[in-house]
Parts: sequence; C-alpha cells; structure tokens
Amino acid sequence: MESLIPVPPPIRRLPLEQTPPAQEVAPPAGAGKDGNGAQPASGGFTAARRSIGAPQFSIRRMEIDDVSVSYADREAVKSVSMPVRQGEVLSLIGPSGCGKTTLLRSLNRLTELTRTATLSGRILLDDVDIRLIEPTLLRRRVTMVFQQPNPFPMSVFDNIAYVLREQGSRRVRRKTLEPKVHSALQRAGLFEEVKDNLDHPALRLSGGQQQRLCIARALAAEPEVLLLDEPCSALDPQSTQVIEDLIVKLRDDVAVVIVTHNLQQAYRIADHVAFMYLGELVEYASATALFGSPREPRTQEYVSGAFG
Amino acid sequence: MDSSVATPPAQKGPPAAPVQQSPRKKAVEGSATWQLSDRIGLAICWALGLLFCAIAVAIAVYLFLQGIKYLKPSMLFTPASAGFNQAESGGFSDAFIGTLIVAVMGISLALPAGVGIAVWLVEYGRPAALARIAESTIESIAGIPSIVLALFGTVIFSSTALGFLSRTSEGIVFGRSFFAASAMLSLVALPLVVASTREGLNAIPQHVREASYAVGKTKIATVRRILLPTARPQVATGAMLGLGRIIGDTAIIVVLLGATQNFAPVGSAFPLNYLRGAGTTLTNFVYEASPTGNLNQPQKAYAAAFVLLLMVLALNAAVDIVHRRARKAGTWSH
Repeated sequence: MESLIPVPPPIRRLPLEQTPPAQEVAPPAGAGKDGNGAQPASGGFTAARRSIGAPQFSIRRMEIDDVSVSYADREAVKSVSMPVRQGEVLSLIGPSGCGKTTLLRSLNRLTELTRTATLSGRILLDDVDIRLIEPTLLRRRVTMVFQQPNPFPMSVFDNIAYVLREQGSRRVRRKTLEPKVHSALQRAGLFEEVKDNLDHPALRLSGGQQQRLCIARALAAEPEVLLLDEPCSALDPQSTQVIEDLIVKLRDDVAVVIVTHNLQQAYRIADHVAFMYLGELVEYASATALFGSPREPRTQEYVSGAFG
Repeated sequence: MDSSVATPPAQKGPPAAPVQQSPRKKAVEGSATWQLSDRIGLAICWALGLLFCAIAVAIAVYLFLQGIKYLKPSMLFTPASAGFNQAESGGFSDAFIGTLIVAVMGISLALPAGVGIAVWLVEYGRPAALARIAESTIESIAGIPSIVLALFGTVIFSSTALGFLSRTSEGIVFGRSFFAASAMLSLVALPLVVASTREGLNAIPQHVREASYAVGKTKIATVRRILLPTARPQVATGAMLGLGRIIGDTAIIVVLLGATQNFAPVGSAFPLNYLRGAGTTLTNFVYEASPTGNLNQPQKAYAAAFVLLLMVLALNAAVDIVHRRARKAGTWSH
C-alpha cells in the first residue's frame, strides 16, 4: 500500500502568499481582540493568508433568481438570488441548517431526489432555466463533489471511465478513454501520484487523494459549474491545503461554488462569499468586503466568531 | 459507619495492576468486579457458545471420519441399483447429480428474482403501499414450511396447462419433475436472497448514489455499475444461504420430485427429458439409505451425507473469497 504514495503530495504555495498585496483588506473588525497575533500557526485569520489575487475575468454562468426550497412544510431556502460566475470562487457560508447545502444541491437538481422537496423561483444556466434541461445532461454540466470522499468501489481508472462512458455501458475501450482519464486526473493534480497505480482500488487511496479523485471525476464530465459541498471537512490540514490550491486553479475553467463551515477557508479561497442564515441570504459580497467590513450586523456577529 | 463505607478494604485481594503496565493495547473490562448474577449469565453464554461449537465440530468430525471410511469415488459415478447387500446396490450418482440440478435451477430462478425484488424495494420502493405488501409477503414465504409449499406445488404442476413440465399419461399430469421441484425450491431460497441483498444495498451510503447521479448517471446505470457490484458480497451470502436451503430440503423433493432413486426421463429430448422426469437428491438418498428408510444401507448414507457436507463447506469457502475480495477493495469511511 505504501508504494501507492511514493512521495508525499507536494504542497503548492502560490507566490502571492508570501507577499500579500498591499491593498489587501484591513484587519477585520473582530480581529482586534487577539491583536497579540495569537494563532499564526493555526492558519489564523490574517490578511497574509488570503492567497489568491483578484479574478482575471468573470463570466456569469448561473443565475439564482428568487429561489426558495421547502421540505414538506419546512422552508430551507427563502427567496435567494445571486449570480455564479466563472473565473471566481463563490463560497456559501453560514451556521448548520441554514440551507446552504440545499441551495447547492438545487443547482444541479439533486434536491429532486428528495421527494418532499419543492423549489420555486428560477435557476438559469447560461440563460436557460435548468428545469428545461434534462437532469442527466444538467448534472454533467453542473457536477458535484461531496463532503465524504466517495470514490466508487472500483479502480482509479474505472472511477473516471465510468463518468466518461454512456450511462451503464462498457462498450468504449480503455485505450480510447485513456487520454481523457489522464487529463482529468491531471486537472485534479492527482495524476503524478497515481499514474503507476491506475488499476488500484480507489478506496485504498488516502482521504485527500480520494477527494481529489472525486474532483477529477467531477471534472471528467467537462462541466461548466463545479459544486463542492464541504469538500475538506473530512480531511487533514495538508490535504485541505492541496485541495484549496486546486480549487483556486480551477476557477478559470469552471465556475466554482463551495459550501464551507470553515470561515478561514472561505476567506482564503473565495472571491465572493454569500452568508446565509436560517434559509435567508443575509449578505452577498466579495470576500474582502464581507470579512473586512460586513454590512449586516448578523454577518458581523457570525464572521467575528472566526477570530475571537 | 458511613465514612467506612466509602473507603475500600485496603488489605483484601491483590492490588490492581496499574493500567499503564498492562501489555494489552486496549483496556479490557474484567468480569471480576461484576455482580454474581451477571457473572453467572456471562458464564452461561460462554458455555453455550462453546457447547454449540463442540456440537458442530463433533458432527463435522464424525461425518468426516465416517465419510472417509465409506465414501468411494465410484459411488459418485454409479447409479443406485437393486441388490441384496450394500456392495451390490451401486452408488448414488443420480442423487448427486439431482442435487446439482435442483441447486443450479433453483438458484438461477431465485437469484435474479431476489436481486430484482431487493433493488425494487430498496432503490425504488414505489408505489409505497405495494412495496410494503411485497416486503411482508416475502417475509411470510420465509416462514412457510417447505412441505406446505410442496403441497401447493402439486396443485400447480399437476394442472393440465403445465403438463409439459412433467410426465403425462392418459391425460393425467404427474406433476413431479425437476422443473416442479426447482421452481418451488427457488421460493424457499428467494427470501434469503432478498433479505441479504437488501441488507447489502442499505449499507451503501446515500452520498455514493448521489455521487453517481451528480455526474449525470441514471438510476439504472447506478444500480448496475455501482450498487450491485458493491453489494456483491451480500448477494453472494444470500445465494449461499439459499443454496444451502435448496440442497438441504427434503419435503419438496419427496412431494415434487418423486424421490425415485434413479432418473426417470420423459421423452428423448436431452436434457429436457431428464428435467421433465422424476429423480432424487442426496438428502432424500440419505434418508432412504438410513436405517429408517427403504434402502437400509447406512454406510452409503454416511458417504452421501459427507458429500453434502463437503458441498456446503465449498459454498462457504466461495462466499468467503467474495467477501475477502470486497474487503481488499476497501469501503467508505462514515
């Protein structure tokens, strides 16, 4: 098993991380309390950690327009509107049960798997209402990565090949699929680590590698939007770092929406942040603005929990 | 008085060894501190466990010794025949092959049906009322004694419409054949396959299904390529349990297979002629060969029982291999 991981995954640090841009956000209001620089080692919430530059461009891919989602008689998401842009990372934050995962799942109609769920409002993908798109096609354009690493119980290669093949078919040859499988693994930054072990069972990879395989799997469908539901919550800090770097890299190719409980993570990688509370969208703003100078008192209260 | 209750007697018993010095990795609770009734309860459980283990070992060893003594390979290839003593009455090849036939036919009916039903119940479950009814019906089939199923089978397979499945003479359908017996035996195996497959499917985390849907796969594709392969060990377990029941059943064999010690083929279209005809299986042969039965050749009863035991052990080993392979492939963390 050890041979599977010849070298520990490299920790790629973007150069910007060492030299934060001067115009970076002022220390957030709540941070004053721990002015003695209490937690620099724990990835403390300091301006230096904001590792990414401003987006090079942004194209609006999805539009969430007055969307409400209810389960039976409980309203989980209450008339939320926001754009989802390619070239940016959008992060949904908020306390547990605030509807951020539900909102994420409604973007590729996964909420429809829950029988009691009803959705009102519109979600547009490239100006087309997603309800007009056949679900399997939509879910190939808007793919998703889950909280628990969940590769399928087959080989690394077959995990990707399964996505590339037509539904349950096995007709397409391995040789034909090889380039696409390799490129998907490359995009997820996993290829170098597994290229000699493509036939190994995927569930024998480490947790971080499994999660990157799941990202590779989601990318293999060549989606326009990538949804991530707390992708790092089951991972160790090192794997988390690798995946965060990966997410930032991906933002130019796909629109990335990430749900996270980890405010530092949202601050590190997101360009826009949406704070949700009890199903409502409280505040949608750029990461620097939302963490630096939140407009809403509720945001202020929640975000300050991150530093104090 | 009150204060002395709280202090433990200092001198009694050896001092407890410090936890750190214990060679065990995990802390183990000893029963020495338990109440007497709890200790007696534990002792009873412990003794019963060992007792049944001993019984199983005794059966296996006894059968093994008897089997080695009496089983000759020729018995598996010689059909039974009339004779004055055990040396002249041939072997039990027809019963052996009969067991294989009902096992293969029975499980090849029960396995696809059982897996299909389990997939419907777990993955679709709609319409809900119908699924509930099917669920409890299958559970109640599991509780029906096989002799009752056999009796019901005679009604079905003696009907003129199903005459082609067995012997017909002078317009009367005999209703006893490998077809009839296998069909009813598959009902005996079905609940076990369904239960085990359901258990396997239910053990797969929901997010794994969603991961498949989330890359645009349909439910059917997910079931075929992800869920059933994942549940394979449990499906195999169900099939093994079902096979065990099929191989071990005697009531249906007597009532629906005729329990003739030799094949009684009908017509000449091989292999259908054998399947349409009557026959027997090892369990029935063991009964007939035992002192209670008509053949009264106990040595061969032991030999046949030994063959049965070997078959069951082989099944167990096969399922074990499937499970071990699945373990090697790993599973999800929860």
